[in-house]
Amino acid sequence: MCGIVGLYLKNPAMRDRLGHHLEHMLIGMTERGPDSAGIAVYHRPVGKDRGKLTLFHPETNYHWREIGGALSEALHGEVDIEVKGNHAVMTIAGSTEDARTWLKANHPEVRIMGYGRVMEVYKDMGLPADVARRYDLAHMEGTHAIGHTRMATESAVTTEHSHPFTADNDMCLVHNGSLSNHNNLRKWLRKQGHEFETDNDSEVAARYFAHRLAEGASLEEALRAGLKDLDGFYTFTMGTRGGFAVLRDEFACKPAVLAETDDWVAMASEYRSIAGLPGADDAKVWEPAPAVVYTWEVAEAA
Amino acid sequence: MNTVDLAQTGVRELNAQLQGLKEDTNERLWQVLNPKGAHAIAAGLMVPIEVHIEGHPGYYCAGMNKNATIIVNGHCGNGVAENMMSGVVRIKGNASAAAGATGRGGLLVIEGDAGLRCGISMKGIDIVVGGTVGHMSAFMAQSGALAVCGDAGSSLGDSIYEARLYVQGKIESLGSDCVEKEMTTHHVNKLAKLLERAQIRADARKFRRYGSARRLYNFHVDNVDAY
Amino acid sequence: MTGSFPPGHTPPRRSATFDEYAIAEIHRAAATGIYDIRGFGAKRKVPHFDDLLFLGASVSRYPLEGYREKCATDVLLGTRFAKKPIQLKIPVTIAGMSFGALSGAAKEALGRGATAAGTSTTTGDGGMTEEERKASHILVYQLLPSRYGMNPDDLRRCDAIEVVVGQGAKPGGGGMLLGQKITERVAGMRNLPVGIDQRSACRHPDWTGPDDLTIKIQELREITGWEKPIYVKVGATRPYFDVALAVKAGADVVVLDGMQGGTAATQEVFIEHVGLPTLAAIRPAVQALQDLDMHRKVQLIVSGGIRNGADVAKVLALGADAVAIGTAALIALGDNDPKLDEEYRKIGSAAGCYDDWHEGRDPAGITTQDPELSKRLDPVKAAKRLQNYLAVLTMETQIIARACGKSHVLNLEPEDLVALTVEAAAMAGVPLAGTNWIPGRM
Repeated sequence: MCGIVGLYLKNPAMRDRLGHHLEHMLIGMTERGPDSAGIAVYHRPVGKDRGKLTLFHPETNYHWREIGGALSEALHGEVDIEVKGNHAVMTIAGSTEDARTWLKANHPEVRIMGYGRVMEVYKDMGLPADVARRYDLAHMEGTHAIGHTRMATESAVTTEHSHPFTADNDMCLVHNGSLSNHNNLRKWLRKQGHEFETDNDSEVAARYFAHRLAEGASLEEALRAGLKDLDGFYTFTMGTRGGFAVLRDEFACKPAVLAETDDWVAMASEYRSIAGLPGADDAKVWEPAPAVVYTWEVAEAA
Repeated sequence: MNTVDLAQTGVRELNAQLQGLKEDTNERLWQVLNPKGAHAIAAGLMVPIEVHIEGHPGYYCAGMNKNATIIVNGHCGNGVAENMMSGVVRIKGNASAAAGATGRGGLLVIEGDAGLRCGISMKGIDIVVGGTVGHMSAFMAQSGALAVCGDAGSSLGDSIYEARLYVQGKIESLGSDCVEKEMTTHHVNKLAKLLERAQIRADARKFRRYGSARRLYNFHVDNVDAY
Repeated sequence: MTGSFPPGHTPPRRSATFDEYAIAEIHRAAATGIYDIRGFGAKRKVPHFDDLLFLGASVSRYPLEGYREKCATDVLLGTRFAKKPIQLKIPVTIAGMSFGALSGAAKEALGRGATAAGTSTTTGDGGMTEEERKASHILVYQLLPSRYGMNPDDLRRCDAIEVVVGQGAKPGGGGMLLGQKITERVAGMRNLPVGIDQRSACRHPDWTGPDDLTIKIQELREITGWEKPIYVKVGATRPYFDVALAVKAGADVVVLDGMQGGTAATQEVFIEHVGLPTLAAIRPAVQALQDLDMHRKVQLIVSGGIRNGADVAKVLALGADAVAIGTAALIALGDNDPKLDEEYRKIGSAAGCYDDWHEGRDPAGITTQDPELSKRLDPVKAAKRLQNYLAVLTMETQIIARACGKSHVLNLEPEDLVALTVEAAAMAGVPLAGTNWIPGRM
């Protein structure tokens, strides 16, 4: 099935080492998920009138510059492009919504991994250590990040089915477990206007929460609604612009460990991913209770 | 004392060494450093040695322990002392889910809190918890004793058989077929002895006793809601 | 029928929907208020191996001589990680059945018979008995959700460990052994009060899911010095994904049990309505192994309704490494013997129909704990019967394999098979006889 990790750095002095620590946490979850890995990093916020999209194409050296140029024309604004592995981070003027609409219409072969003003999402096949290296995770700084390592279950092993799943600006979800009513939920969410890229149960959960948030629910309310509507076994870690949230279903058969020091809060499927963090030996370590929402928000959100 | 540093040595090497000791070994005291969440540390031990683990081991620490005394100076992951046969396992910090699962003998002491399903399907083990136990603890507990100094989470003792539960704190809810029972002098004395063995300071008279109502022992349609 | 009724009347006619079983079951449910519990596997007709045929020899495929040209039957299980893999003389093993469900004599007979044939037996939901360990030269020890009788000493003296995630008769269900069979000995072994209705858990107590199974398997290896092959047994539901995940979790062998696989006792609705027919589960399982490049490296054992050498050969041809038999082994010992028909009728059944194994009143002395009934089964004679049956299974498999030109039964392949029905062709992934058509693939 998988391993999930999350790290939120309270101490600004640690933030240039975010990627370094997350890489080790991710590698700790290799046995739980050797097939593919994904990370969402919250860093390099852009201004309120701008947006960021992380795009993916399986072909290396895809013609990102061309696409960026065309997008720039369509949006009447500058587009900055940074290419990493099979991903390209495009920073645009204006809303990500317009950019996404244009991309879907003109470049449906490009996958939109994440969008917002802070979040970048990288997902790829291979061992966590390989994926981390390919995207130079070790050198990424930022305030918080979540990650996922995948052992494929009911969906095929391609990047499409990797977590984190993005469902809204700066919002994404990683999931350890298995939902049992996701097919019916997907049909319902489609009726509400959501589009799905995969048949994966975790994508359903991500879009479900985005739906609740869009309806006006707070993060807590959305997650608590999930406890009622989502059936199955799960530990969810959700990344948001301001921080991250953790939720376990009421049976809590899938593991979860939380740890906190003055400098950081970390979450992982197993303690061994937390063990290497500075000060871990003296951290407060505990398990999130079933059916309880845990949230942490960065004070100075972008 | 023998010290093994898991930062240098693998868990396999450590376990092979410990499992290879004979009953009459004079290498009776061991220290394990840098567990860092590794799994199955000191699992499958067979002889009466003493092992001190400095830090936080992962899952199944002291799994299927026989005769050994294992002390964890930290927190442990899921399934500590699972299916233990005899001996003593002591966790100074907290234990994760399924602590003492299906344990058949020996004593498991958790000085901090135990997570979900503490003592699930226990078959004779004695478990003493200094703090709280999580939801569904003592689920299908067949025999043995679980004593909790703190509070117990929901569905305590669901589908319990003949195990005896003693709780000092509040209980969020009792599980199917688990009821409060009379705490006589006999039970107080037994509990006091258990707490003493566990080296946990608490007044046995302040505990309440719980056990099976035995209504699920032979199926009756009127009890169908309990299933 | 017609002609013996007064004019204007039609002969009595049964409904296909509300047939005699459906009506009897509704009556029974109304009378008792409890779901029907029984043993055995799925009884209704589903596509099975009889719907497949071998092609045999032809102008382009040459057979082997029946008695002097060798057709080997040996199988090696657990080559992936175990220091001591298991060598079997024949590709047929005895499936897990508990002491408690079966009498001690029956377990001993299975052990003796299997040993004489050069194959393994498997413990069940009650732990390892001394009789079985002594009688069985190769013993596979099951790790079940209940963990009855589980202990590290037995773990170390078994020859392989089988982690049971589920079984074909009830994938996702727990077992129920009604009071009559929790005798003193069974109660002692399982640590339960005598005479109660035993409820079994459907999930393991200390892990859920393949990611945590990976860690559990490693613990089992740590406790047993990485010596023994570790099997993972699943009921047939999503075989492609289950096999892939079992491989990723570190299994040496996967055991796949279809809906016709027997059980000691569970709810009738479970047996008949949950899980795939064995035939439908095999190709996806083998495909998963092939996609992971693990075919023949992680071995596949298939069970659920194997009756004769033709079934064995077909399972091997579809890509498995061995089969396991449970119900058939009990029948070989003497279960459902026509000679006992009168006694079966006295307890509300009939020879050939008896499946109330949970009641513990088996006149054959096999699925009972009653000491008087158990005495009727002579373990030595019964063992000989099992040995005979296993020999016939093996010879029949060889006969077919030789006709297909194979010098080893594991060289049988899907292309040696055709199907008689569209369903069987689709499920087994072989062409409809006389055509090139595989429904769903071409």
